[in-house]
Amino acid sequence: MSVGKPLPHDAARLHVTGQARYVDDIPTSANCLHLAFGLSDTARGVITRADLSKVRKSPGVVDVLTAIDLPHANDVSPSIHDEPLLANGEVFYHGQPIFLVVATSHLAARKAARQAQITIDPRPAILTIDDAMEAGSRFEGGPVVWSRGEASAAIDGAPHTLTGAFEMGGQEHFYLEGQAALAVPQEAGDMLVHSSTQHPTEIQHKVAEALGVPMHGVRVETRRMGGGFGGKESQGNALAVACAVAAQRTGRPCKMRYDRDDDMVITGKRHDFRITYRAGVDDQGRILGLEVTQIARCGWSQDLSLPVADRAMLHADNAYHLPAVRIESHRLKTHTASATAFRGFGGPQGVLGIERILDHISATRRLDPVDVRRVNFYRDGQTTHYGQTIEGFHVPAMTDTLLAQAEYDKRRAAIDAFNANNPIVKKGLAYVPVKFGISFTLTHLNQAGALVHVYADGSIRMNHGGTEMGQGLFQKVAQVAARCFGVPLEAVKITATDTAKVPNTSATAASSGSDLNGMAVQAACLTIRNRMAEHFASQWDTTADKITFDNGALSGPGGQSLPFGKAAAAAYEARVSLSATGFYKTPGINWDRTKGQGRPFLYFAHGVAVTEVAIDTLSGENRILRTDILHDAGSSLNPALDIGQIEGGYVQGAGWLTTEELVWDGKGQLRTHAPSTYKIPACSDRPRVFNVKLWDQPNHEDTIFKSKAVGEPPLMLGISAWLALADAVSACGDGYHDMNAPATAEEVLNAIERVRTG
Amino acid sequence: MDIAFLLNGESVTLANVDPTRTTLDWLRDTQGLTGTKEGCNEGDCGACTVIVADDQGTKAVNACILFLGQINGKSLTTVEGLSKGDDLHPVQQSMIGLHGSQCGFCTPGFIMSLAAAHHNGDDNHDDVLAGNLCRCTGYAPIIRAAKDAAQRTPDQPFDPLPKNMPEAASAKDAARPETVDQLAQALMMSPHATLVAGATDVGLWATKALRDLNPVIFLSGVKDLRDVQITDDAMRIGAGVTLETLRRVIAPYHPHFAEMLRRFASVQVRNVATIGGNIANGSPIGDTPPALIALDATLHLRRDTQTRAIALKDFFIDYGKQDRPPGEFVEAVSFKRQPDRLRIYKLSKRFDQDISAALGAFNIATEAGVVTNARIAFGGMAGTPKRAAHVEDALTGQPWNLDTIHAALPAFAKDFQPMSDMRASAEYRLKAAQNLLLRYWHEDQGLATSVLEVQS
Repeated sequence: MSVGKPLPHDAARLHVTGQARYVDDIPTSANCLHLAFGLSDTARGVITRADLSKVRKSPGVVDVLTAIDLPHANDVSPSIHDEPLLANGEVFYHGQPIFLVVATSHLAARKAARQAQITIDPRPAILTIDDAMEAGSRFEGGPVVWSRGEASAAIDGAPHTLTGAFEMGGQEHFYLEGQAALAVPQEAGDMLVHSSTQHPTEIQHKVAEALGVPMHGVRVETRRMGGGFGGKESQGNALAVACAVAAQRTGRPCKMRYDRDDDMVITGKRHDFRITYRAGVDDQGRILGLEVTQIARCGWSQDLSLPVADRAMLHADNAYHLPAVRIESHRLKTHTASATAFRGFGGPQGVLGIERILDHISATRRLDPVDVRRVNFYRDGQTTHYGQTIEGFHVPAMTDTLLAQAEYDKRRAAIDAFNANNPIVKKGLAYVPVKFGISFTLTHLNQAGALVHVYADGSIRMNHGGTEMGQGLFQKVAQVAARCFGVPLEAVKITATDTAKVPNTSATAASSGSDLNGMAVQAACLTIRNRMAEHFASQWDTTADKITFDNGALSGPGGQSLPFGKAAAAAYEARVSLSATGFYKTPGINWDRTKGQGRPFLYFAHGVAVTEVAIDTLSGENRILRTDILHDAGSSLNPALDIGQIEGGYVQGAGWLTTEELVWDGKGQLRTHAPSTYKIPACSDRPRVFNVKLWDQPNHEDTIFKSKAVGEPPLMLGISAWLALADAVSACGDGYHDMNAPATAEEVLNAIERVRTG
Repeated sequence: MDIAFLLNGESVTLANVDPTRTTLDWLRDTQGLTGTKEGCNEGDCGACTVIVADDQGTKAVNACILFLGQINGKSLTTVEGLSKGDDLHPVQQSMIGLHGSQCGFCTPGFIMSLAAAHHNGDDNHDDVLAGNLCRCTGYAPIIRAAKDAAQRTPDQPFDPLPKNMPEAASAKDAARPETVDQLAQALMMSPHATLVAGATDVGLWATKALRDLNPVIFLSGVKDLRDVQITDDAMRIGAGVTLETLRRVIAPYHPHFAEMLRRFASVQVRNVATIGGNIANGSPIGDTPPALIALDATLHLRRDTQTRAIALKDFFIDYGKQDRPPGEFVEAVSFKRQPDRLRIYKLSKRFDQDISAALGAFNIATEAGVVTNARIAFGGMAGTPKRAAHVEDALTGQPWNLDTIHAALPAFAKDFQPMSDMRASAEYRLKAAQNLLLRYWHEDQGLATSVLEVQS
């Protein structure tokens, strides 16, 4: 039984020996060319002069392209064709690619790109949320509003009301492997593209458009990424298209990888948000009415911002029933890098919004923050603000279990005592629940395909549309395949994702990888299995349903048994097809995004966390001391991989809300564009004590072996770190902390000041 | 330049190579050894970590900012050379068994850092790995693997420094002096040469600014620059002493200095970066100059045969400008032995491997409850590392109590008009600087002031 085992990542041995191959590691022929973009140094303006003669003369340069040199589509947008590969006379953000250098080495291309003399006539740039709100610069014309009931009246009629506003920063993905692509020209104008992408089909589509060929002329292969986190859902398009165009022009392999600084300047990040709210609550802190405005800075092109902002609205409730609510969402168009998908896809912003509101309620009403959350919890059978019925809601029971395991009450008292005795260092403790909706909100994306071959020796080769970015998807799906055939995992070969094998795939995103691809692979395996069973049933004079596949053998009810390899050979000789495709589409979902009504999600994944922190009230420096997590991965396909996602997601979420600060200057230039200035958590920043457990309950929906998606939901457990910092700050005085995110040392010190003077 | 070294135990001789080509580029592009990864190309992420061994020891180093000229005569081990065939090193076995890799891209770097520490018997895993960033795992399983591996020894001993070390290529080379005298001569011949010690900053001139650094003079062969002299009166530290060596040497005398160095940079950076480089580089931040100024350090400079000694504080004239004419170099820094009253507070967004927003070094002596001598210096608060002269004046001769501290706080605004940047605002810098004086006082009174020393 391979499913449910804590097996290591399928490539772990390759990882630790340096043999795991990423795009830039693929051997190329000696004539391979290397690409670099020349970038805009101005946020908004018109290009009045572009003298690239020095670039062309730079050592090793083979070719230099601008927009007019592109043979077909000049577009790398994943949505509305508003994102030229190379600037078309105008620039819309600092760092926008203007020209493309093709050279004999990566270094030569980079050096040449800096030789350009480009004059840009600057135009007024819309950089901040305030700029854009004032200018009315939005996607979709105006704000999107969803509501249930009469929120305003409910607030006005409530015993207590409160209002507030706060800001949360964006987040750089900081995948350790930067964006990379390699295009290798094939015969008859075909193109093979190796891309570090979560979305090979999108790469295929954009490359085909750019080359002016049908999609069948482009094959995209992705064996693995060195991290994705949403940052390789659409942001790899530019490199792949650039390589393909240059490869077509030169007839030579072309490779491109961004230097880290370029990567951070050019590519999109998590959307930063401002959230304002007005809430009406009763004496227990129960929300009676709520108005929330979510303002997202989307950057210069639309990219995936609309579904991101939708998901923020969909998660404005987190785990809480909002009887009367109005959510207004502004998707601001600004002259900054286009914000993009990032683990949680707007969900974290929505969840942080409501958690901040509940924090504000408990602080101002002097109520226990856990109690306030409990009175607001959903109950099964209630509906969300968008009309989905809540089923299998585990959060209340998980909360009771976690608080007991983490000794929450005892530690709360100990921390209060510590704070009373320590004037400089203060501790904080906070709990957070997470409920996260699983499915793509764009309904048609909820489909997946697979292609499975059983060879005559019984070995199995498995292909599906999902991509491997470290999450262990390939291993989980291989476990499914091995289980279907009752063979050891070693019998299943994991292969690169390949658009020639499984077509028309969705991005590996929205935590959907194993839900969708696991089902598709299972379907393919069952097709082959049924054919084999039919064959042996006729041989053994029984019926197919009596044939079992277990322990590496096919067995019949009369004691017949054949090792799987021998059975495969026999089936082959009997002319049984041992190859099959599989397909899956998520059932039961429907969604009207204009009205904000329907059942967008097949189910919800849940998690609860308690975090303890310490702050230094003189400097604002802070530390996570302990974290306890209980997370719902359904019946886990692989507990080790799932715990890995939870630990990693938590630390990434905590990083977003503490040390990871993106700083743009007044000219729209990103000042934090390298790890020297943008600080993701380091080893010692993980919680000193870190207890992670799975809530082991089967999914009530019919998912692959009753498991649940686990990629994104744990990131939001990191919100407990931010709430704990707020709790520690609150120990310094009686005012409200009004803390923004990220809670850098500076923001913590400012919040302490507000608490003391408030 | 001709260069000879061992690569994974095999002898390599390179003739006429650009000595400022990075080892990472050479490994990946020329040798096809792609196990060593490029993550940031500036020494901050550790994905390119390799092991360099010589008579100084076995060290994890960032290959992305390690010039070929720096590995002459050394033994270089990459992840491909750590284990042979199925016989994995214990850190590799533990990382597999305990799920220490997810996307795997940072993993070879983690493996090499852990293998170097395993070899050296260093089990301070958080410090060993402070220079290796992982975005997937949250580090917890990596630490579990590190602890597990520390219990075991390799089946096939890992030997980072085989006996068949090649002779370093061409010792008689102006670019590779072996004595201070040779260095002085080389620099007179080529006064505008780029001096390369650890290349943890100069490396970025090549990889990020894309500058041509030639001509270069490599300092790592200058043995007498690595001297540390500790007498009853003074400590004298050669400019070529690495920050890691300094950390170990200074710990018994000024533990706060050692703790600052621990946080200042990762192991990979400390292993090669030198005290001389950190001073001569003239950064307004430091971090060692403010600490040394608070110790009233003297800087020893040499040009040709002429030596001179100046107060370190006077070396920093203005932003980007130091008292060092072409041809002159930093030979050593020294300071008097003194009772340890030094406290150093480094403020940065992240605790480990981060450039300071501000760093305050306080050295306040008291006698019979009165401040007899106050030396306070800051990095990150001005265009140079700078003393807080007004604050010192406000404290000196006053009773050592909270009233004196509070009375001195306004003087910070006279000493410093810091700027706002991506690390912190001017307001935060000034406010936090004042608060650090309060921290010094509270700490002196025995109060807990560090979040790093608090447990759940």
